[in-house]
Amino acid sequence: MHPAASVIVFTTFSGIGFGLMTLLGLRFGVENAGFQWTATVAAYFFAGLGLLSSTLHLRRPDRAWRAFSQWRSSWLSREGVMSILTLGVFGLYSIGVLFLNVFDAWLGGIAAIMALVTILTTSMIYTQLRTVPRWSTIWTPLAFYGFAIAGSLLLLATLLAIFGAPHTRSVAQYTMAALIIAWAIKYGWWQHAETATLSAKGSGTGDATGLGRIGSVRPFEPPNTSPNYLMKEMIYRVGRQRARALRRLAFFLGAIAPVILVALAIYAGATAPLLILAFLLHLTGMLAERWLFFAEAEHAVGSFYRATDPATA
Amino acid sequence: MTTLPHHTDKKLGLVIDLDICVGCHACAVSCKEWNTGAYGAPLSDLHAYGADPSGTWLNRIHSYEVKPKEGPAQLIHFPRSCLHCEDAPCVTVCPTGASYKRTEDGIVLVDEDKCMGCGLCAWACPYGARELDGAVGVMKKCTLCVDRIYNDNIPEEDRVPSCVRTCPANARHFGDLSDPESDVSIMVAERGGYDLMPEQKTKPVNKYLPPRPKTQGANANAGFAAPVAENVQPGGLLGWLDKALAVID
Repeated sequence: MHPAASVIVFTTFSGIGFGLMTLLGLRFGVENAGFQWTATVAAYFFAGLGLLSSTLHLRRPDRAWRAFSQWRSSWLSREGVMSILTLGVFGLYSIGVLFLNVFDAWLGGIAAIMALVTILTTSMIYTQLRTVPRWSTIWTPLAFYGFAIAGSLLLLATLLAIFGAPHTRSVAQYTMAALIIAWAIKYGWWQHAETATLSAKGSGTGDATGLGRIGSVRPFEPPNTSPNYLMKEMIYRVGRQRARALRRLAFFLGAIAPVILVALAIYAGATAPLLILAFLLHLTGMLAERWLFFAEAEHAVGSFYRATDPATA
Repeated sequence: MTTLPHHTDKKLGLVIDLDICVGCHACAVSCKEWNTGAYGAPLSDLHAYGADPSGTWLNRIHSYEVKPKEGPAQLIHFPRSCLHCEDAPCVTVCPTGASYKRTEDGIVLVDEDKCMGCGLCAWACPYGARELDGAVGVMKKCTLCVDRIYNDNIPEEDRVPSCVRTCPANARHFGDLSDPESDVSIMVAERGGYDLMPEQKTKPVNKYLPPRPKTQGANANAGFAAPVAENVQPGGLLGWLDKALAVID
C-alpha cells in the first residue's frame, strides 16, 4: 500500500494524543496548573494534528463533513464521530480542570473510555480490510493500542519530569513496561505478517483469476502501458528491499533507545532532558514503523498484476 | 446509506466467457467512450500526450500465460471490472454515504456529489474495480451502464452495457443472475461459471466462464514444428537439387 505521509502522521499522532487524553482523564497527571495546561495543549496538539493530517489524504476535503453520517456501517465514519465527540467531552473535563480546578472523576473517566474507543476505531479502519492480509488480524488493534499507550505514557512522563512531579519515576517505570509490551505485540504482529501473504490466504494469481485449476498462471501482458491508480496506490514497491534495515531502525529508535534512556532517567536522575530525547527518538521510530505498516502491506489486487504464487513468482 | 440491502429485486450483472475473449480491449475502449460522456464526471486522462500518461478506466484487460502440467501453455485474456457484489465491502466502508447498492437491481454506484475522495473503498475492493479519478478527485467505477440499460431514448438492442454491446467475439453477456431461467443463469449453470476470490466473502454477482479444456490427444503438441533436419540424404529430385546446391554452397 502507498505509504502516504498524511495517514502515517494521522495514525501515529492521533494515537499519542488520544492516549494522553485517556491518561489525563484517569488522573495520571498532577494538580499543577502549569502541567495541566501543557499536558492538555499537548493532547489536543497531537490528536488535532493527526486528525488534520488525515484530511490531507482526501481529494475533496470540502466534503469531509459528510464522513460523520455513516457510522452504522463504516469504521472510518465511526472514527470521525468518536474523535470529535472525544475532543468535546475531554474539552468539558479540561475546562473544569483548567478554569475551575475541578477534577470530575466521572467526566474524566468517560473521556478516557471514549479516547480508548477512538483508538480502536482508528485501528479498525485498517483491520477491517480483508483485502490486506497483514492488517486483517486482531494483532493490528492490539499494536495500535500498545503504541498509543506506550507513546502517551512516555510523553506524560516527560511532561511530569519537566514540571518536577514527585511521581515521575513511577510513571517512567510504567512507560518502560508499556514500551516492552507494545513491542512484544508488534513482534507478534510481524510473526503473523510473515504468514499473511496473498498466496497463503488463497489470493495468489492462480486463485484470484480462477485459472490456477488449469495450470500455473503468469501475467503475460499488462492491461495498461503505464502505471495506473491501482498500481500506484495498492502495489507500492519502492523501499521494500530496505524493509529489514528500516525495521531495525524502527526497533532501535522506537524501542531500544527510549527504553535505555527511560531506564537511565529512572536510576540516574537528570530526568527531563533524557525523557525529552527518549520521546523524540520514539516518535521518529514510530513514524518508520508506520511507514513499513503501509509500504510492506500487500493488497489482493496485486495478484492480478504480478505473479504471487511461489511456483511462478 | 452505506448499509447493504438485505435483498435486491434483481441481480443484474455480467457473465464473461474466458474461452471466447480474444483480448482485443474493445470493451475497455467502448466503456471509456460511453462513460466519459455519460454518468458523472468524465473519465479523465492525465498527461495523455506526455511522457508519463495515466488515465481512469472502469474495465481493464489482463492477459495471462497458463502452463498446464502436460501440454503447451495457453494465453488467456481476462477482463476485470466491478462484479457488483452482494456483500460489497466497498459500500460498507464508505464514510460519506456516496457508495450504495441499489435495492431494485443490485447495481453498486457512487454518488459523485457526496464522495470526498478518501479512497478507502478502493482499498476494500479485492478486484481493483474502483479508481480514483486523477482530475476530479472522486471515485469512479462501473455503473453497469445504468444510463443505457433503462434508456428509452436509444434503440432496444443498445439497452445493454456498452462493453457487452461492443464485444466483437460475444464473450460478454448481461442479464439478471437472480432469475434461474435467464440466459446468463443458464450459461453459468451449463459452463460451470465461477466467482472470483470466493475467500474474500464478497459474493460477486458477475460470473466468469472457464476456458474449455484443450484437446489433449496425440496431436496436442502439433503446434510445435520439429527441428530442421540435418545430415539427411534425400533421394530423387530433391537429392539432385541438394547436390546441385552443394556445388555452390
